[in-house]
Amino acid sequence: MRKVRFSVYRYNPETDAKPYMQDYEIEVGPNDVKLLDVIVKLKAQDDTLAFRRSCREGICGSDAMNINGKNGLACITNIADLAEPITLRPLPGLPVIRDLIVDMTQFFKQYHSIKPYVVNDTPPPERERLQSPEDRKELDGLYECILCACCSTSCPSFWWNPDKFVGPAGLLAAYRFIADTRDEATNERLDNLEDPYRLFRCHTIMNCVDVCPKGLNPTRAIGKIKDLLVRRAV
Amino acid sequence: MSVPVRRFDAVIVGGGGAGLRAALQLSEAGLNTAVLSKVFPTRSHTVAAQGGISASLGNVQEDRWEWHMYDTVKGSDWLGDQDAIEFMCRKAPEAVIELEHFGMPFDRLENGKIYQRPFGGHTQNNGKTPVQRACAAADRTGHAMLHTLYQRNVRANTQFFVEWMALDLIRDSEGDVVGVTALEMETGEIFILHAKAVLFATGGAGRIYAASTNAFINTGDGLGMCVRAGIPLEDMEFWQFHPTGVAGAGVLITEGVRGEGGILLNSNGERFMERYAPNLKDLAPRDFVSRSMELEVLEGRGCGPNKDYVLLKLDHLGPDIIKQRLPGIREIAMKFAGVDPIKDPIPVIPTCHYMMGGIPTNYRGEVVVPKGDEPESRVNGFYAAGECACASVHGANRLGTNSLLDLVVFGKSAGDHMIQFIKNEMPTWKELPADAADRSLARVARLDGQTGGEEVPEVRAAMQRTVQSRAGVFRNSANLQQGVEEIKQVAERVKRTQIKDKSKVFNTARVEALELDNLIEVAVATLISAEARKESRGAHAHDDYQHRDDDNWMKHTLYYGETRQLTYKPVHTKPLSVDYIPPKERTF
Repeated sequence: MRKVRFSVYRYNPETDAKPYMQDYEIEVGPNDVKLLDVIVKLKAQDDTLAFRRSCREGICGSDAMNINGKNGLACITNIADLAEPITLRPLPGLPVIRDLIVDMTQFFKQYHSIKPYVVNDTPPPERERLQSPEDRKELDGLYECILCACCSTSCPSFWWNPDKFVGPAGLLAAYRFIADTRDEATNERLDNLEDPYRLFRCHTIMNCVDVCPKGLNPTRAIGKIKDLLVRRAV
Repeated sequence: MSVPVRRFDAVIVGGGGAGLRAALQLSEAGLNTAVLSKVFPTRSHTVAAQGGISASLGNVQEDRWEWHMYDTVKGSDWLGDQDAIEFMCRKAPEAVIELEHFGMPFDRLENGKIYQRPFGGHTQNNGKTPVQRACAAADRTGHAMLHTLYQRNVRANTQFFVEWMALDLIRDSEGDVVGVTALEMETGEIFILHAKAVLFATGGAGRIYAASTNAFINTGDGLGMCVRAGIPLEDMEFWQFHPTGVAGAGVLITEGVRGEGGILLNSNGERFMERYAPNLKDLAPRDFVSRSMELEVLEGRGCGPNKDYVLLKLDHLGPDIIKQRLPGIREIAMKFAGVDPIKDPIPVIPTCHYMMGGIPTNYRGEVVVPKGDEPESRVNGFYAAGECACASVHGANRLGTNSLLDLVVFGKSAGDHMIQFIKNEMPTWKELPADAADRSLARVARLDGQTGGEEVPEVRAAMQRTVQSRAGVFRNSANLQQGVEEIKQVAERVKRTQIKDKSKVFNTARVEALELDNLIEVAVATLISAEARKESRGAHAHDDYQHRDDDNWMKHTLYYGETRQLTYKPVHTKPLSVDYIPPKERTF
């Protein structure tokens, strides 16, 4: 057992005039491998600490937070890799509801704005729509997004214009449907993004790529959408 | 205290695969539908399903729904209801094709059709040879399916109540279901949701065990609500142990690994499944493989310093297959086991994974309970689908990939029957009882006022230790009797849990305490049901009664929470259109 020091962002709108950082010290044993394991232990010690979590294996996207200054998922972050005091803050750029829980309304609004579903008005065949393995491969690196918001909330353009800039997660999703051979709405999708803010606020800072816990590359997807717009113009 | 009331045609509790598939049906039919979920829908545990969804598409080899049905009946160890099983297996191809049309990113074969892989217990010609029936999106099939269903619901403008936790079922004096109470987590407010029909799609409850592949949110909320409302739970002794949970971490490694050719090894480097299941080997059904693994460990052939796990070897598949078909597994193995499966085997142990039992339903998704001489009388206005429901298609042991299929087939079926019920039988809302919210208000008030009680994590851990040690892969009478006594004591402690956090805004301590109220009902039901069943069938492996006893025990258990008593009801032996599949010895 060793003791690990934490500094955790605390804010409860019912009782706190403003947010503050709270220090904790906690015993970490050999079975506490991931950061989430230890945060769960912290909560057993102080049940007022609020955070989201569910699958604890990096697939549901619940426990995104800012860990020592970088966005990530607590459940797949090794506790041993973190410098002390381990500083936990809510995802930056979104309103804080309480402690490490942010209001993700704006994030999902942008996701919904790109029409995140296959549009195909041709009556479907009796069997599956055919798609070659090569065409299907185009979706790899796009469909795996878990909507954790690590990327969009690490993006300065999204911090400035969360209401106008779709953000990396939403744009990755937009390209996922453009790239799908079964989708017939590429033109409408491009129209929907051809705007000084919605797409073009991406200045390829690439924080999104740096933080994505699934190793996805929104910047590349955004580049491909920009290419399509240029090609459509000429 | 007056509780605000909101009114809907239909209320769906749970935003996983079953809830979302039902919601689509109701929204597209123009009914005013609310979907409540404790988490944003794409965070529901369906997202963690990996290997595939079964359907006899026959894209790789000849396949027929009748063979799928046979495998499911045999997999269930003849506890599954054959009408429901026929319904599911017949509907499977159209259900999967529909998901494809919705945009689900299935992997593809060279000819452009959906890729299918082998899976445990999937065979041609009623058990003769393995067949590729599991339709897969790499090893992220649940993620692909759940996101697709959510996306389709965005298109259908479904109304979501995200981070709302349903607290209690509301039944009127006739026993009909007229709504639920729910807690809006962000504000701490309690509401009554008044509905013509309610669907529970609340998922599993694997968190009654100390080691489980299940998410934190899998706390059996729908089951707890049923028990408190006087509705029995069916077949709660049957819990599936997935053979390949990462040793120590509990995280799931899909059976698809073995479908792609992975094998299990003991400390002698022996592929021991060849001994237990000469025909299907590593692809025997899960209950069978889990018992074989436990025996290897019990007989001293486990691996590692404590000889307490076996190894899942897949390096022989080569890096290309692993990267293309099993990328998520590689990620999990590296993060949770510290090994790269391209080079090294993954340490695995059988881990609690799936609840075969649940809320008793028929294949229409209607909740059915005994009434007078009638073993299955409909509870008006109440439906259940998915893991929380017991239709029963999985019987005593579920086949891999039948869970995702269950979600979409019975989610849709429940949705359809709710539409019919609302349109034909419920022109308007039944009156709410005057005490509709009393139970929920009392539960929350109890927590707010409790002094001198124990903390939730402590009591929860005691429950998990009890269930883990008393209702594991192998069971025996003495251990189960002890378990029943222990869990009853833990249940007394649950009544006095105490939380320090009394605030209203996003009080997750309160949520965890309310979840424990549900978990404990499931845990007690599990031990009492298991203690009573004096035979071995499917996942219920009893050392003192090592054989299946069809004369006395081919029947479903029903557990009533108020009295903690059991009754039984017959297994449905009459399929919808084909011949009954009579019981046989289950060898692989």
